[in-house]
Amino acid sequence: MKDVNVGAASSFTDPGRKVFDCGGTEVGVFLLDGEFYAWENRCPHLDGPACQGKIVPLFTEAVNEDLTSRGREFSKTQTNVVCPWHGFEFDIRTGVHPTDARVRLKGVKLRVEDGDVWLSVRA
Amino acid sequence: MPDELKTSALGAVRELKEITAETDTRDYLRAAATQAHKQYDDYELIVDIDAHLQEARFWHEILGFMENDVLKQTAEGQLAGGIRTPLINMQPGMSFQALGGRVPHQSGPREAVSEPGKPGAAFVEIMKRSMDSMGVDYQVIFPTAMLHLGMNPMEDIEIYLARAYCRWLTELVLPQEKRLIGLIYLPFNNVDECEKMVREFGGHPQIVGYTICAVRHKPVHHNQYMRLYSMIQDTGKPLVFHAGPHWDDPSFSQLNRFISMHALSFVHYNLIHMTNWVINALPERFPKLKTVWVESGLAWVPFLMQRLDHEVLMRQSEAPGLKRLPSEYMQEMFYSSQPLERTDFELLAMTMKKIKAETQLLYSSDWPHWDFDPPSSITTLPFLSDQAKRNILGLNAARVFNLPVKRVRPRAADVIADRAADRVS
Repeated sequence: MKDVNVGAASSFTDPGRKVFDCGGTEVGVFLLDGEFYAWENRCPHLDGPACQGKIVPLFTEAVNEDLTSRGREFSKTQTNVVCPWHGFEFDIRTGVHPTDARVRLKGVKLRVEDGDVWLSVRA
Repeated sequence: MPDELKTSALGAVRELKEITAETDTRDYLRAAATQAHKQYDDYELIVDIDAHLQEARFWHEILGFMENDVLKQTAEGQLAGGIRTPLINMQPGMSFQALGGRVPHQSGPREAVSEPGKPGAAFVEIMKRSMDSMGVDYQVIFPTAMLHLGMNPMEDIEIYLARAYCRWLTELVLPQEKRLIGLIYLPFNNVDECEKMVREFGGHPQIVGYTICAVRHKPVHHNQYMRLYSMIQDTGKPLVFHAGPHWDDPSFSQLNRFISMHALSFVHYNLIHMTNWVINALPERFPKLKTVWVESGLAWVPFLMQRLDHEVLMRQSEAPGLKRLPSEYMQEMFYSSQPLERTDFELLAMTMKKIKAETQLLYSSDWPHWDFDPPSSITTLPFLSDQAKRNILGLNAARVFNLPVKRVRPRAADVIADRAADRVS
């Protein structure tokens, strides 16, 4: 594994995302509510560039106490990134697909040191 | 050097942009080029039997071939008024295809091309980018919005648009790229016009078959079509049923979300047409006519085989033309792979065995639609032999569409290197 500096932490917007090609290993770095997250830019479905898609709030089915539905609503807590190849969505904080937890992005080690963001990627 | 480029022990770190409808196809499909390099670059032939024209960007070119002045003026008026695909009478729900912008390529193509002013050139360049990126030798082109023309109550529109599309394809597009091949759109609501188009366009060397866009309420076994099928059989080129969605069908109007309609309606139309085709014993009447069933995945085929076999044994009097079980005829037909049901490999393996995939299955991408399959959808299946993968990815299609088994695509490594060089420059 090698450490790669991908720039100043202050260069990221919150919420925001940058995707880097680190010598062949592509990594999406996300900043959400002050926390950084890093995932391989590779969808577990068919290897699509999952981290380069839209960032959207999770949609939820809004069910009332009497089990009637108000339709769909935005989640107030979960933000997803969508693979632009086919629409697979992943929780930016956990990398997990909302429907099937077995479908998940692969994590990349990240640290912030002296104001810079460092990734640990395969050499 | 831009700020985002920093050197490291791994060389340059390059920032990748968000993918949008403006993204170059070569960047969109970058991972597919890597898959081609690692998985199937040595395969002798890769044929994608279902890729699509997204008409909106090219509609003005197609209208240039419109032979009816009234319809041409109507279309040009609609185009000036902001209608992206005039005359289509678009079905409800189609604007939901791109998942609210989640899948941008469904809304494109909006990428830059090298010769934007040259008729036909933009489409050819964009499709060539997709072929090179996915490692495809030949791509069969289908329309998109025109898939629904069979439901258009204005019969003359289907006829004239079919003719304009086929002229655009044969006169403008195909001469610019030998790796693109096409099918004649049959305006199936008027059999005389279908026959005329077979005679007029069928001999073009890059026209490899005829398509019935299956979203329609026309019984394919009706006697009016028998002469047409004989004509097609005599050409030696296949008849291809391309399924599609249609939210206006009364049964589907009960479905409240696009996913529900989409999951059922493609299969629905091929189920109807296949049932009529088999129960009326058309395979007995046209034994040399090759039929291909496109864009319904595969799971519906063993379902229908079992269903029809079961009922035919009890109700032979209603299908007296059959000399074998329905499944035996269906095992001699051809099927396209996309959208391949890959969530349960055990079921998929059984399905492929039942349809005799090694000889009858044809790879299709459906690019640039939202549920496209790259060739890796086949190469990564653990239960297929290497020879079966080669057959499905190209050799079966060569038999069906009479294509030479000769590599014409560039090496994947060259495709990757060329794009990297473009980025540096």
